[in-house]
Amino acid sequence: MLSSLGSAGGKSAKPSFVSYVTPEEIKSEKEPSRKEKHPDLLPGEVVFCSASTVLKYTQDDLSQRGVFGVLLCTNFRVSFVSDEAPTEEMLFKNKLYGENDIPLSCVDNIYGDKRKLITGGLVKNKYPSKMIIHCKDLRVFQFSLSFSKEEDAKKIFQGIVHHCLEPKSLRCLFAFSYCENTSYPGSYSYCREHLVSSRSLGFLLFPVYFIVPKNVSDEDLTKYQGKGLPMWCWSHHSGCALFKTASIPLVQEDNVPQTYMEKMLTAVAHNHLYSVKTEDLSDTLPTVQDILLSYNRFKQFFLIDNTTEFWMSDMKWFSSLDNCGWLDIIRQCLQKAVEVVESLEKENTNVLIMEEGGSDLCCVVSSLVQLMLDPYYRTLLGFQSLVQKEWVAGGHAFLDRSNHLHLKDKVESPVFLLFLECVWQLQQQHGPAFQFSETYLTVLSDSIHVPVFTTFLFNNDGHRDSLLRAESPHTQRSPLNCPTVWDWSVQFDCKAQDLFTNPLYTEKPKQDTSVRKSYRPRHLRQLSLPSSAFKTPPKKGFFKDEADNLKKILGVKRLSRWMLSPSSDSPQTSSSVREFYEAWQTKPLDYHGLLLPCLDGPSIRVWMQRYLRWIHDVQILGGGPVAMLSKVSEILGEVQELQRQLDRHGCTLTSNHKGARPRAKTAAAVIAARSSVRLSSSFPFVTSRNWSFKPAIPTSLLQSLMVTGMAGNLADREDDGGPESLV
Amino acid sequence: MTAPHVTLGEVLPERAVQNRLTNPGTENCSLCDPSVTLNVPLGAIGRVEKMGGASSRGENSYGLDITCKDMRNLRFALKQEGHSRRDIFDILFRYAFPLSHGLLLFAYLSQEKYEENGWSVYKPMEEFRRQGLPTDKWRITFINDNYELCDTYPTILVVPFKATEEDLRKVSTFRSRGRIPVLSWIHRENQAVICRCSQPLVGMSGKRNKDDERYLEVIREANGTAKLTIYDARPSVNAVANKATGGGYEGDDTYQNAELVFLDIHNIHVMRESLKKLKDIVYPNVEESHWLSSLESTHWLEHIKLVLSGAIQVADKISGGNSVVVHCSDGWDRTAQLTSLAMLMLDSHYRTLRGFQVLLEKEWISFGHKFASRIGHGDKNHADQDRSPIFVQFIDCVWQMTKQFPTAFEFNERLLMTILDHLFSCRFGTFLYNCESARDTNEVRSKTVSLWSLVNSDSTSYLNPFYTPESSRVLYPVASMRHLELWVTYYIRWNPRIRQQQQSPVEQRYMELLALRDEYLKKLEELQLTDSSPNSSHLSNSSASNAASPTQHINHLHTPF
Repeated sequence: MLSSLGSAGGKSAKPSFVSYVTPEEIKSEKEPSRKEKHPDLLPGEVVFCSASTVLKYTQDDLSQRGVFGVLLCTNFRVSFVSDEAPTEEMLFKNKLYGENDIPLSCVDNIYGDKRKLITGGLVKNKYPSKMIIHCKDLRVFQFSLSFSKEEDAKKIFQGIVHHCLEPKSLRCLFAFSYCENTSYPGSYSYCREHLVSSRSLGFLLFPVYFIVPKNVSDEDLTKYQGKGLPMWCWSHHSGCALFKTASIPLVQEDNVPQTYMEKMLTAVAHNHLYSVKTEDLSDTLPTVQDILLSYNRFKQFFLIDNTTEFWMSDMKWFSSLDNCGWLDIIRQCLQKAVEVVESLEKENTNVLIMEEGGSDLCCVVSSLVQLMLDPYYRTLLGFQSLVQKEWVAGGHAFLDRSNHLHLKDKVESPVFLLFLECVWQLQQQHGPAFQFSETYLTVLSDSIHVPVFTTFLFNNDGHRDSLLRAESPHTQRSPLNCPTVWDWSVQFDCKAQDLFTNPLYTEKPKQDTSVRKSYRPRHLRQLSLPSSAFKTPPKKGFFKDEADNLKKILGVKRLSRWMLSPSSDSPQTSSSVREFYEAWQTKPLDYHGLLLPCLDGPSIRVWMQRYLRWIHDVQILGGGPVAMLSKVSEILGEVQELQRQLDRHGCTLTSNHKGARPRAKTAAAVIAARSSVRLSSSFPFVTSRNWSFKPAIPTSLLQSLMVTGMAGNLADREDDGGPESLV
Repeated sequence: MTAPHVTLGEVLPERAVQNRLTNPGTENCSLCDPSVTLNVPLGAIGRVEKMGGASSRGENSYGLDITCKDMRNLRFALKQEGHSRRDIFDILFRYAFPLSHGLLLFAYLSQEKYEENGWSVYKPMEEFRRQGLPTDKWRITFINDNYELCDTYPTILVVPFKATEEDLRKVSTFRSRGRIPVLSWIHRENQAVICRCSQPLVGMSGKRNKDDERYLEVIREANGTAKLTIYDARPSVNAVANKATGGGYEGDDTYQNAELVFLDIHNIHVMRESLKKLKDIVYPNVEESHWLSSLESTHWLEHIKLVLSGAIQVADKISGGNSVVVHCSDGWDRTAQLTSLAMLMLDSHYRTLRGFQVLLEKEWISFGHKFASRIGHGDKNHADQDRSPIFVQFIDCVWQMTKQFPTAFEFNERLLMTILDHLFSCRFGTFLYNCESARDTNEVRSKTVSLWSLVNSDSTSYLNPFYTPESSRVLYPVASMRHLELWVTYYIRWNPRIRQQQQSPVEQRYMELLALRDEYLKKLEELQLTDSSPNSSHLSNSSASNAASPTQHINHLHTPF
């Protein structure tokens, strides 16, 4: 059907699609103005090629309805500029790219005619009449090239394929030309400085600053290029701490690494007078390849270019979801984090998590543990610090894992997305505990694929530093200044940013600090973010206070479980985790305290906002959770306005009101949205004034599929028949 | 640990057994807590069985096993000595199934008094008047005053103005159990109607009935619908199979200006088995491995999807100005689901607390959904093939809608739970008996209390604080598995791992903010009063004008509590 559409070339007497203008009209009228048609280019953005009279189908493929426009490929994006006047200003507009723009790094797959996957290289001199682009943020674009000039169509198709799929060098990423052409102020602080301990060693894998136990010598540091070196992540108020490390491959005949590991463990244990529990994550959690495979299957459920297929797959939705295993991987990560939390919280033992490389699942688990234990990381600032600390400085290989460069030898894997998925699960189970909103997480997950920010562009700090220095136009001076993703104003205006805060969040009511001191010697915060340690050489003194205190209480108790390698898949562990959860659950829920996820089947869910936002058929018009949240925001706005008025009167308000002065400014944005457009479950990503009010009616309800082989012949029976009607 | 021994016979004097089982004993799963109190309305008991015998050995092997209609099973371990079990078993068996023992249902013994009289919630004439009836095309008839036309229909019916009483009698001979097409709902603007009925008696020979054909034609003509859509709720194979027993469906050739659409919803037996499977995977423990596949294999949500998408199609046709006729086999199970859900989507009145009660009274109770047979009130025959959770399924559909549109319904989840609890409890007369004629014979209205008495005497606790009335909007839920969820707080509520929250955190926060707003408003008012002294007039002026906007807001925001 599609090819026939293509060959008809608009000359057909009976068009099989609905268009606002005929192609002939466009050719005659729009040709002269073609050159002006391009999006507002960003600094440093260059147009590579373009083609006019490209038809962009709207998502419903059955109607073959579409809009004509110009398709361009720049060094930043693939962009479609409609010939029609822009309809409406979107509330939640990304300043870097519009709804018809796809940043090059965001292109996931390109398909040609008959849904044939296009891989780089084999496109010489050919171009499909229909091109489908699947994006990493789950948008789907379908373009028809059959109305364009052959030369243009060929050029744009090859251009897009070349720039989106072929291997390229890092300096081709748009960030470099963007940064060279903007004077970005470099001194923003969107997350706290957090890492101490200086680096004077020669390897790049590690962040500039990191913390190790004090009795690890400088000689130890260099031994295995930092492998096996326990790096401090977070300290529990009891004094025990979480460490992570890259595991050293163990060779049979050589037991040097083993001795080294023993030494490191002793160092961890010694430091805090507790036992150490080691967890090799590679034993129990899926590999990065497993994660990629599972996610690739999972995302297909949402990349919809055919509504009929979509509804066909609907009946088997739950089992398909189950079979792809993505939710199960999320559950396993959360479960592992709960196990570690239990060790820290209940058993007060040090935990050393390790894996090969030490910067994939170690990052997932260690950041989840900190989110569960430390309410600071559930604030906006805290969360950004956490990502910066555990992921960016912690050396997660963002460049390799997102494979922006399309290199064959790199292991691509959505590990960071997996982490965000886990955070979303926690957030939807315990909404009021998080200062940031679901929308914030969704936007953050999209930002991984916007090659403007350097945050997610490099494999580690050393990599970043050397590259930015090398790319700097002023070779002798400062390195290239690039925006960090945390500067949200680069992407969104203030109003849109208001949607990042969660109206349910309330700050912890201030407690009398004198009371606190008596039973808790140190504030949790001070322990987990040792800013005071800047003064003293941290390798020597950071844990000293706690250690001295605890030395008096506890004798030297040390138990290394190294090499015992208890399989944590054993039913024992999971039942212990379950008990731990149940014990926690019976206590009243404190949103500013320990937070554990429920891992039962029904509790782990699909991140609807992220995955369903672009699928028109499943948008709940006028509904969805936003309908409720917007009411909360509305009242919050009123309360804040009243507060301001009372303040003006000089009235001091009794401060025992939770949420009396929240930062949240969500109110204005949502109210503005409410008044102008209809909210839907896809808010704020899709808003429109002119919804079609036609409900989506599931097609192809394949009944035979369902009843065959089930329940005998029950289905054939009469509702209220006696035995005679039992067919 | 020794098995807890409860001498139930001693603990439970007969009076207490009358309606509920209260005991200081314990359920198997909570042995460690001796103070567990369990409340089970006797009406919710579906089956009582002895487990183990005098010679049984092993912990907790001897006792009682009680299967409940509300998704739980209870097991009581008893001491083997004495004959304690026999007594409690006999008492339970007798009072849990009073109808099988010549006793009265508890609703007839209850002496409860409420401020409100729930029986006055639904007055058919008032409801029809609210819909704008009668019109010049539709009239109200009392032909069924003595249940002579149809013994399972209510007394007051709305029929096409053009159809005479004689026509109605003739049509009733061609419709299963005399359930002729009658009006359920009319669209105020476009006058499209939802009619409900039972299947036509076509039979193997493909009988025709000119009166029936003409009758449907009259329905079509009433608002100038081009083609009357007949929604047959059944899968087409079942509809065909029904011909063998004298039933069938409207053939294309005989009903000229009508189109027939099958909605593929399965029968009561399939639904019963589906819920049984669901219970297996959630009670006593939630299936852990491959939860989603297990959930899918119950097909429960799939059935919900089909019912909802059927109702969406009905509502969509009506909004488009086309009249529809809905039927299944007898028109009291699937038909009631479809018409009432479509009405819920189309008419915002039914989304209010009172309106929803009217909807249930009208579409379910008065039009003869066979509550007695489907639930088996007070009947010991637990394996009765007539039992089926059709109404539970409907309430689940409503819950799915409230979930998708959290601000569109005036009532909250608690109302739905309460309705389901008392669907079984036999404490109120509301859901007793199969039809109006049986209710009249048994004097339900005069001898029992209505569930709505309970609800409306304490209506605030059934209200949704987020409710935002929007009168003109049609509410189309998305009938995709992507959005359908298992109603965990109902089906898995007996699982201790499911945190039963009094209020959702969102609701809690909202209420806090509302209280705060009121407090601040009061304070501001006080301040403005004191500020109105001459020397501070400037300041008070400016703040008064500022204050005006939020106060105005509040006036029309006043959410009903």
